[in-house]
Amino acid sequence: MATQCENPVVLTPAQLICSLEQAWMNEKFAPELLESKSEIVECVMEQLEHMEENLKRAKQGDLKISIHRMEVERIRYVLSSYLRCRLRKIEKYFPHILEKEKIRAEGEPSILSPEEFAFAKEYMANTENHLKNVALKHMPPNLQKVDFLKAVPKPNLDSFVFLRVKEKQENIMVMPEHDEQREYVIDLDENSQHLIRYKTIAPLVASGAVQLI
Amino acid sequence: MFCEKATELVRELCRASDGQLPAFNEDGIRQVLEEMKALYEQNQIDVNEAKSGHSELITTIKFRHCSLLRNRRCIVAYLYDRLLRLRALRWEYGSVLPNAVRFHMSADEVLWFNQYKKSLATYMRSLGGGDGLDLTQDIKPPKNLYIEVRCLKDYGEFEIDDGTTILLKKNSQHFLPRWKCEQLIRQGVLEHILS
Repeated sequence: MATQCENPVVLTPAQLICSLEQAWMNEKFAPELLESKSEIVECVMEQLEHMEENLKRAKQGDLKISIHRMEVERIRYVLSSYLRCRLRKIEKYFPHILEKEKIRAEGEPSILSPEEFAFAKEYMANTENHLKNVALKHMPPNLQKVDFLKAVPKPNLDSFVFLRVKEKQENIMVMPEHDEQREYVIDLDENSQHLIRYKTIAPLVASGAVQLI
Repeated sequence: MFCEKATELVRELCRASDGQLPAFNEDGIRQVLEEMKALYEQNQIDVNEAKSGHSELITTIKFRHCSLLRNRRCIVAYLYDRLLRLRALRWEYGSVLPNAVRFHMSADEVLWFNQYKKSLATYMRSLGGGDGLDLTQDIKPPKNLYIEVRCLKDYGEFEIDDGTTILLKKNSQHFLPRWKCEQLIRQGVLEHILS
């Protein structure tokens, strides 16, 4: 069953699934949309197809078939759930995500895959169109525009997340919670678990140094 | 009072429980739009008055403008929330909506829904190399390969993976691969027997 992916870092299937699970959990628990892991998605899709083919070729009635089939089902669930989660965030925060995409500097990686970008654009145009046709164009001339960036809530980056540290971090700046407190720094030890505001550790999630749980 | 009709629209949606789509209140929308038009015209007149020296009118103008903004906000919220409900229905029922829901949609909502379906389908097809991945499947984590289901209505013949067809008759029970019947369960054709 072992196929290897075509990306520069060669992963075994087990590592691949592991990285999919990590991406999935991060995406599930982070309040904002994270960078798209299209590479992992593509590899897993390939892997799934490969496994399905193997299953078709296998002898009927073999006990191994049902075990492998279960595995396929599980992986497909994680993959779908991951992509669904992203789609949901895109639909929920589309103006902010597209705005971020617009001001993104050249060469900086996009948080959306090309397909997701196309979807987000269509969703925005479609929704805008609908609102305009049904109501806005019948309103007084000075009120016909709705600023989506203001009207649609932003992701709440101040929400708290649980995390486990994968690589030791030092000197993480934590903002004060109330007026009497001053800002302070903390160290995150490997394998320790914390409950902290997402904003404080967002870059660490992106770099993969911590895992949301 | 101003804005009463508009808040009524929002309240109407609030009262309908999650996942339900009440009938599109075209009349309500029209009334709010009329109120907005009247407010706007009145404001235009008063603005001209105020310019020629009646500065005491400014507070009234501001008040009307606030009402206008509030009306707009309520209408947009009403429409947007309905779109979100439609979206949820797409994920629940698949691309064909039950008649009861379709009956409650406005013509523009049907347009939006079709466009949404199209975008979603394009996106799902583009996943991976082959024919894509149907994200509306595999909603719950799989526990067993096969599940026991009971048929709630006559559905007809149904083909499963290994090529055999079975007849789904009302009240018959079957032991089927989960991935084949998820859709039918959500459509209300089959029922998952838990015990």
